[in-house]
Amino acid sequence: MSKQNNYSDKEFLIDDVLRDYSNNSKDKDLLEQISILRHDKINEPVIYMGSGTCGLGAGAGDTLEAVKKYLDEKQVSAKIVETGCIGLCAVEPIMDIQLPDYNRISFQQVTADRVNDILDSIFQLEVPQADILGQFDTPEAKEWKGVKYLHEHSFFAPQKRIVLNNCGVVDPVDIREYIARGGYKSYIKTVNEHSPLEVCDVVEKSGLRGRGGGGFPAGRKWKFANSAKSDQKYLICNADEGDPGAFMDRAVIEGDPHKLIEGMAIGAYAIGATKAYVYIRAEYPLAIKRLEIAIEQAKDYGLIGKNIFETGVDFEIKIKKGAGAFVCGEETALIHSVEGKRGMPRPRPPFPPTRGLFDKPTVVNNVETFANVPAILQNGAEWFASTGTENSKGTKVFALSGKIALTGLIEIPMGTTIREIIFDIAGGILNNQKFKAVQIGGPSGGCLTEENLDIQIDYESLVNVGAMMGSGGLVVMDEHTCMVDVAKFFMGFIQRESCGKCIPCREGTKRLLEILESITSKPNASDPTETLDRFKGMMQVEKLSKVIQDTSLCGLGQTAPNPVLSTYKRFKNEYEAHLFDRYCPARVCQNLKVYKIDVDKCTGCTLCIKKCPVDAIIGTKKSPHFIVEDKCIGCGACYEACKFDAIEVV
Amino acid sequence: MEKNIEAVLNKYPEGSVDNLIPILQDIQEVDGFLSEESVVKVGEYLNMPASKIYGVATFYNQFRFTPLGKYHIQVCCGTACHVLGSATVLEEIEKNLGVKSGQTAKDGIFSLEVVACIGACGLAPVISINGNFHAKVTSESIKEILDNYRNKE
Amino acid sequence: MSFLIKVNNKEIEARNGETILDAMERQGIQVPTLCHLKDMLPSGSCRMCVVENAKNNRLVTACSTPVEEGMEIQTHSSGVIESRKTIVELLLSNHPDDCLYCVRNKNCELQDLSEELQIRERRIKGVKNNIHLDRSGTSLVRDPDKCILCGRCVRVCEEVMGVACIDFINRGSQSIIGPPFDRTLNTSSCVNCGQCIMVCPTGALSEKSHFPELISMLNNPEKTVVVQYAPSISVSLAEEFNMPAGGDISSIMNAALRKIGFQYVFDTSFGADLTIMEEAAELVNRIENGDTLPMITSCCPGWVKFAEQFYPDMLPNLSSCKSPQQMMGAVIKSYWAEQLNKNPEDIYSVAIMPCTAKKFEAQREEMTSRGITDVDAVLTTRELGQLIRMYGIDINNISPEATDSPLGFRSSAGKIFGASGGVMEAAIRTAYNMITGEELLKFKVEELRGLDGCKEAQLKVDDLTINVAVVNGLANARKLLDKVNNGEKEYHFIEVMACPGGCINGGGQHIGAAEGAVEARMKALYDIDDKETVKTSHKNPEVIKLYKGFLGKPLEHTSHELLHTHYYKRDVIL
Repeated sequence: MSKQNNYSDKEFLIDDVLRDYSNNSKDKDLLEQISILRHDKINEPVIYMGSGTCGLGAGAGDTLEAVKKYLDEKQVSAKIVETGCIGLCAVEPIMDIQLPDYNRISFQQVTADRVNDILDSIFQLEVPQADILGQFDTPEAKEWKGVKYLHEHSFFAPQKRIVLNNCGVVDPVDIREYIARGGYKSYIKTVNEHSPLEVCDVVEKSGLRGRGGGGFPAGRKWKFANSAKSDQKYLICNADEGDPGAFMDRAVIEGDPHKLIEGMAIGAYAIGATKAYVYIRAEYPLAIKRLEIAIEQAKDYGLIGKNIFETGVDFEIKIKKGAGAFVCGEETALIHSVEGKRGMPRPRPPFPPTRGLFDKPTVVNNVETFANVPAILQNGAEWFASTGTENSKGTKVFALSGKIALTGLIEIPMGTTIREIIFDIAGGILNNQKFKAVQIGGPSGGCLTEENLDIQIDYESLVNVGAMMGSGGLVVMDEHTCMVDVAKFFMGFIQRESCGKCIPCREGTKRLLEILESITSKPNASDPTETLDRFKGMMQVEKLSKVIQDTSLCGLGQTAPNPVLSTYKRFKNEYEAHLFDRYCPARVCQNLKVYKIDVDKCTGCTLCIKKCPVDAIIGTKKSPHFIVEDKCIGCGACYEACKFDAIEVV
Repeated sequence: MEKNIEAVLNKYPEGSVDNLIPILQDIQEVDGFLSEESVVKVGEYLNMPASKIYGVATFYNQFRFTPLGKYHIQVCCGTACHVLGSATVLEEIEKNLGVKSGQTAKDGIFSLEVVACIGACGLAPVISINGNFHAKVTSESIKEILDNYRNKE
Repeated sequence: MSFLIKVNNKEIEARNGETILDAMERQGIQVPTLCHLKDMLPSGSCRMCVVENAKNNRLVTACSTPVEEGMEIQTHSSGVIESRKTIVELLLSNHPDDCLYCVRNKNCELQDLSEELQIRERRIKGVKNNIHLDRSGTSLVRDPDKCILCGRCVRVCEEVMGVACIDFINRGSQSIIGPPFDRTLNTSSCVNCGQCIMVCPTGALSEKSHFPELISMLNNPEKTVVVQYAPSISVSLAEEFNMPAGGDISSIMNAALRKIGFQYVFDTSFGADLTIMEEAAELVNRIENGDTLPMITSCCPGWVKFAEQFYPDMLPNLSSCKSPQQMMGAVIKSYWAEQLNKNPEDIYSVAIMPCTAKKFEAQREEMTSRGITDVDAVLTTRELGQLIRMYGIDINNISPEATDSPLGFRSSAGKIFGASGGVMEAAIRTAYNMITGEELLKFKVEELRGLDGCKEAQLKVDDLTINVAVVNGLANARKLLDKVNNGEKEYHFIEVMACPGGCINGGGQHIGAAEGAVEARMKALYDIDDKETVKTSHKNPEVIKLYKGFLGKPLEHTSHELLHTHYYKRDVIL
């Protein structure tokens, strides 16, 4: 290959990399140019700033300013790259530095005030040990002595990153780097060499299942749409990630938007769709911005548009911003929302692959599903299927949150146990507390306990124990969590987000919430039927839940009672304590907290009397005070105020 | 305001119904809320009944239908405030402003909202005006507080 | 293609593409539904029609699940019954407990289901709804507390009537149905057709009642209380008393009305004859003078308000004729009062209509003549049923009586007003005579009969070809008018009835009509037309007498003053 003058990166990537996708030559010039675009070979230092939403929340913006200021003041020439999130949200802001000929090295918790120290030392080729996270294995570069490799880090070692491989590593809005790292090759190869049906076959054989919750085989869904006859078909990417505690879609789009575009382009080709939508939460402005840029870049490279690479294939993508409704994660609701209607689900069949958006055949998959596709087409179905369990192939991204040492985003092979995730990858429970439970699958999932920790995660194993994969939220709870309170929290969420169309979900979730509220509310002696109602309500929980599950119209309702049922099943004693003893064992439910004054510790300072908003504390100066339980509203003002630790919660 | 709406609508020349939500998002971006007038305008443009648009808009969390007043009053109705008479306080404010909770007064100076506990139980009953707490308010002191803000105008 | 499926262990025939519900209904196997509407796409919202798929023990909704060969269905397994029961209990948990005070007491689908499913205990307790009652409309009352959000009214209002004045608002348990922006019905685009009442399973929608005033008038010795009833009432009232649909009981009704205390009883069909005289003359006039065409009927107040809101540019196309109800009212308080030497102000004129919009029409400002309202109170068919029951009248045991004269004779042309196409047919008969001076040989215009939403005919009158169209269901009117406006269609005369099928299926008719009831009512009207000899309005001797002695000629001064009106664009939220 000969390199001409004025031969731009774009021309090079289009002509020599993409059009010539099957060329595996080891041409030195070509490899060199690629390694430059990959940032493997650099002429000046590169500073990578983790600038996902999580990084920015932790202060990456300030850090970046500090970096710029440093470079300015010291007159150091360096390139700055804003990346997405590498997954270790707990130690954000994360900053990587790559010096020419050296491995890229990663630092954690780089707040603005740490910038000068770190940069000073690293430019002198010294490693500030306290801030170190690990080093990358950059090709043909020197290693930093005594610095652990990132891939050996306990957080990363057990992971297998297909979806997240570029996240936090590459510049998300540089299509050149994406292509230099092998991106869009899959797409160009696919449209040139495979028929749409063959693509569906490959995806079906790979065993890829929908990562949005239901786990329906993606290839089979595509085949339905492929075989549907229509003048127009649509592809929709569901990026309306609404689960509290799930943020993988955001991370993928912020960190590697081109991968999503490529996956969608392949999917659209497979089903014969020329138009695609990304339905994304309006609350994700950064992801929307990066996706918009990426789409423009792909258009510029001729990867989106008419007659792509002269193959006769047309493909366009539009972004639709969701206006805030969790139920739009359900595909028929989402379709209604894209059509400009209320996001209410409709009965299926007909399924969207036969009749979907504007009544045309439509495939809806989520971000993670599409993000798996390029690699499957690149490496083959067998390669993908070699990871995972019998019926769940490949990897799954989980968002770890709650009372866990390392919160963040991980991608693990299916079949990994929950114990490995919590204790090996995420470093166990925060502050070495005792593990109590883990909520998997978002609000509609279920909570699992110690006895379930050795379950190998896949779609079926989770359903068998009353949880579900969901979109992959994993919220860890310790001994200080009240499970009734957790159930109430999730129930409240589901109840607010129910679309209200079908009766069991609309009324049933409301009633379930009211029942949970009744057992966590303050005992009311003046209402003669209160106790009876509370008991009666609790007695109906299981029956009512079953009807909601059996009869609700869509997945939201069908799984709505899960948080109550799974906590009720595994923590009956906690429910009973709330119900019978009017006592919250974890001391979380404020209405059931009883404050008492320890007469031995109380000095009679009267501070608590002054602070009490309801005059529930009586006593005279210099003699121990007393709390009138009937008057106390459990606000805790006295507890906060007491300087002698004389007030205790019982 | 009408100009704003025109400008937004011009961005969607095809005028198809699937643009409804983006149009509403853009209008709210410009106006801060969705007025009846703008909804009717959008309806004319998309050839869609106002009831349908309102139905769509109320379905999603994002949309609001009243502009916030210059001073936004939040009345805490947490337990402590409730016990100490926040209901009377609320009633007094409603009477004083001539609006109900969730509404904005006609002159646009005040808007009123009832909120769950804002964590200032020691100051109960408490109201917050643009984030500034007013502690231990009574139906008498309300008038004074509101007049102070009025006089700033 | 058809195949067999098993329902409750018995094989039944099922057709490819239909739903389980369709297949079962054909066999008379019933499952309850609260949201299903015949001939519309299933919404699947109430979940009452769940049945068990015996192969996997899962519940599916019969209304939306297509039949599959080899399917095995259980309609009343214990799981199914428990589910249905729980769903009804959930609805009851926040529903007002005031059945005894409810307008739909003993005629409520929720109440029926609660009874059928043997709900005897309040297992699930919820916070009761507390949303304000909307009594702002002249015809309809909305009680959102009683709304179970089945969405039937929303769909009928949009899909059948093309109005869409209400929709779902908010989400989840906060959902309500209503006009946009907290508006009330009176400032919404509601046309008062009452079709929402017809499909409402509970008492959330009902007509506005004028009972107390009516009863006090009936007992006021200074008032002469007169009543007229619309053409379709006599063929639908029977159903209010559990008699089969389609029986014509006009003479029994006359007797019952007199027993209640109405001193004079008239058939609005006479008013219909008058309408034809005026409308036919207007049509001929417009055609001869090249005035605005197509002319469109104006007897249906739902349609008139619809036009005022959505087609203000077409108001000149509307016939200026008042409706039969209003013409009848106007003539009663003028000519008839004169004849009987009564002071019009002492006449309390009641109309019994198959329609809720007629309540609205009666109180329109334009519907007064010489400062006196044409009609004082309008009752629906249902309200008449209630009134007869209230007065303890056994309609099975009552001797037939005739209507009062003058104004006591009607042609059968006036009678067929009750069915969609009837006005057109009656007008054609008279217009033909007006143009040619001869009588039509063939009175029946078959193309304009039947329940189709849109019907057309072409008629030869001398050397003139007249194109006419008949639409019912305002959504169909919308489609047709849009075609007329864009030049796709050209007509001389269009009949529009708001309700599907016309007044025989009006919003004031019996709720819960049996399958085929509307067809039966229609047949009854056309049977009368077949049977009777005076088939044209202009041959009605009392009409002739009225014109001779009082009105002069159609469209002349007195007629114009008493029998014609005008329309204006309405300021409502669209």
